[in-house]
Amino acid sequence: MAIAQVKAVTPQAAPDIVTMSGVRFAWPRRDDFRLAIDDFKLTEGERLLLIGPSGSGKSTFLSLLAGIVTPQAGKIDILGTDIARLRGGARDRFRAEHFGIIFQMFNLLPYGSVLDNVLLPLSFSAERRKRASAGGTAESEAGRLLGKLGIAPSLIGGASAASLSVGQQQRVAAARALIGAPQIIIADEPTSALDRNRQQAFLDLLFEVVAEAGATLIMVSHDESLAPRFSRVVPLGEIARITTGGDAA
Amino acid sequence: MIVFRLAWQSLANRWLTAMLTILAIAFSVMLLLGVEKVRTGARQSFADTISGTDLIIGARSGALNLLLYSVFRIGNATNNITWTTYQEIAQAPDIDWIVPISLGDSHHGFRVMGTTPEYFARYRYRRTHALEFAQGKPFADLFDAVIGADVAAKLGYKLGDRIVVAHGLGSTGFVEHDDKPFQVSGILAKTGTPVDRTVHVSLEAIEAIHIDWQSGARIPGQSISADEVRKMPLPPKAITAALIGLKSKLGVFRLQRAINEYRAEPLSAILPGSTLQELWSLVGTAETALAAVSVMVVVTALLGMVTMILTTLNERRREMAILRSVGARPGTILGLLVAEAALLIVAGVGLGIALLYAALFALQPYIDRVYGLYIAIEPLKPGEWTSLAAIVFAGILTGLLPAFRAYRLSLADGMTVRT
Repeated sequence: MAIAQVKAVTPQAAPDIVTMSGVRFAWPRRDDFRLAIDDFKLTEGERLLLIGPSGSGKSTFLSLLAGIVTPQAGKIDILGTDIARLRGGARDRFRAEHFGIIFQMFNLLPYGSVLDNVLLPLSFSAERRKRASAGGTAESEAGRLLGKLGIAPSLIGGASAASLSVGQQQRVAAARALIGAPQIIIADEPTSALDRNRQQAFLDLLFEVVAEAGATLIMVSHDESLAPRFSRVVPLGEIARITTGGDAA
Repeated sequence: MIVFRLAWQSLANRWLTAMLTILAIAFSVMLLLGVEKVRTGARQSFADTISGTDLIIGARSGALNLLLYSVFRIGNATNNITWTTYQEIAQAPDIDWIVPISLGDSHHGFRVMGTTPEYFARYRYRRTHALEFAQGKPFADLFDAVIGADVAAKLGYKLGDRIVVAHGLGSTGFVEHDDKPFQVSGILAKTGTPVDRTVHVSLEAIEAIHIDWQSGARIPGQSISADEVRKMPLPPKAITAALIGLKSKLGVFRLQRAINEYRAEPLSAILPGSTLQELWSLVGTAETALAAVSVMVVVTALLGMVTMILTTLNERRREMAILRSVGARPGTILGLLVAEAALLIVAGVGLGIALLYAALFALQPYIDRVYGLYIAIEPLKPGEWTSLAAIVFAGILTGLLPAFRAYRLSLADGMTVRT
């Protein structure tokens, strides 16, 4: 019956790619913070913006979604697989396979070259490697993505990631998230380190490459002014109930 | 592999601390192996103090005591061997050569030993090395003395210098044989044995300086000058010990038994080699202490490495979170950190071995010359390889400590990139 509901609000009747239900989670050795997700769905091709201030359990929610932590109870169904039931190694492989993640900042391994940073997820997913090198080599695909995101070719091979500006780093992180076409892109406040102009420019590029890859985007932010660009905007508090005594940034 | 390249770049970015850690491990390994080499060298040098001598005879006493005073110039003889007995034993058919020695006097703390010129030809150390004269020659005149390298160096003696022998074994406060001074006729090259610390004179000279003495004191009113004594016959009355070389090693136990059972006088005969072994087992406890200290140094170096990895761990949580987010398993992160520890350890051990051999090649001649300690440069022995393997193993085990911490942190951090 949950499916019927979703169908009612999405005209294209696109399938759900994420379904979370009855999820209960507490961090080990932190009794003062509990998170409950009764019902959450993400539909294929959606651009979802979750609004929440820090302390609202954003990181915990994203960790559950990406399978970095597992809930004590409940179901997290992603692309037909309940990742709450997967063992650790399989969950890590699943994440490598189907998720691209962009953090707020410090996305890159600072010592590595731009190219190595972009190609990194391919080391953990054979499927994405195959997809990335479908039209040539993985390196040329990385170059194409970076070019699209406005990274000068001269920066790709040699420069270490640490020498890039914050805006450039975020765009490289976007290329890393998208290489090999994972189905779900998670962006955790990716623009908060950028000024207003650069925020818009970054989001333009991000939406463009996400659309091109046919991926689903879920972005978390405290900034409601970004809302008009998204197909759905939900306050995080409506999805995740938190009983708290301490901080959960 | 991109993951390994990135891990390597991360380590390269911390090259200074990494190099210092490797150096600390290298020095500790060098010390551990160096102590082992010096230990082996010391043991060998000790065992090589006297070679080529099959038996040492002296008045009846313990084997160690006889060895100590006859070879190491430590302690005193309990009694003498009469010249008659000596001559009788010298007739034994098995004997190839026999060299008498007579101890009891000293010169500024160095023992004076009466012997025959044959001593310089027969004494062997370090298996085949014969005594060599750095300057001069064996004693020819009655009052000639041949001094060891240490005596010459410490007291600054040259050929032709006059020296006075003291009665007894102290450096001062004893009556001196100042009426019959000696002249340095030869200085021996450094051997690293007690020979370096000995003043050698002829047996007749020992007799000559004691001719007007009785029971350890000058006979009152009776004084014989150095010139007068030259004209007198000076047959030795007694000697302290004798070194014997045999025609065939097979006869050694037969002759030893014969001497031990000699009726006219209570005598002891010892095999220097086996007695040296016995003596080493007594002084060898110090080497255990030395080895224990160097093991502690290795432990300290390993702790230093763990500290280094642990302190960098916090700033590397970002690295861990990124790797986790792109799909690295916690096991991969554990593996990377253990691999880093293993790399540091192996590099440290390798560098330590290289430094050790470099130091050995550079210092061996100097150590031999100055301390008479010959350290053989040979490949590492199986036992040493085992120690090194144990160090690598221990290093990897200790490397697991920060690795497990990183593993736990990466689980606890979840998606958060902490900085």
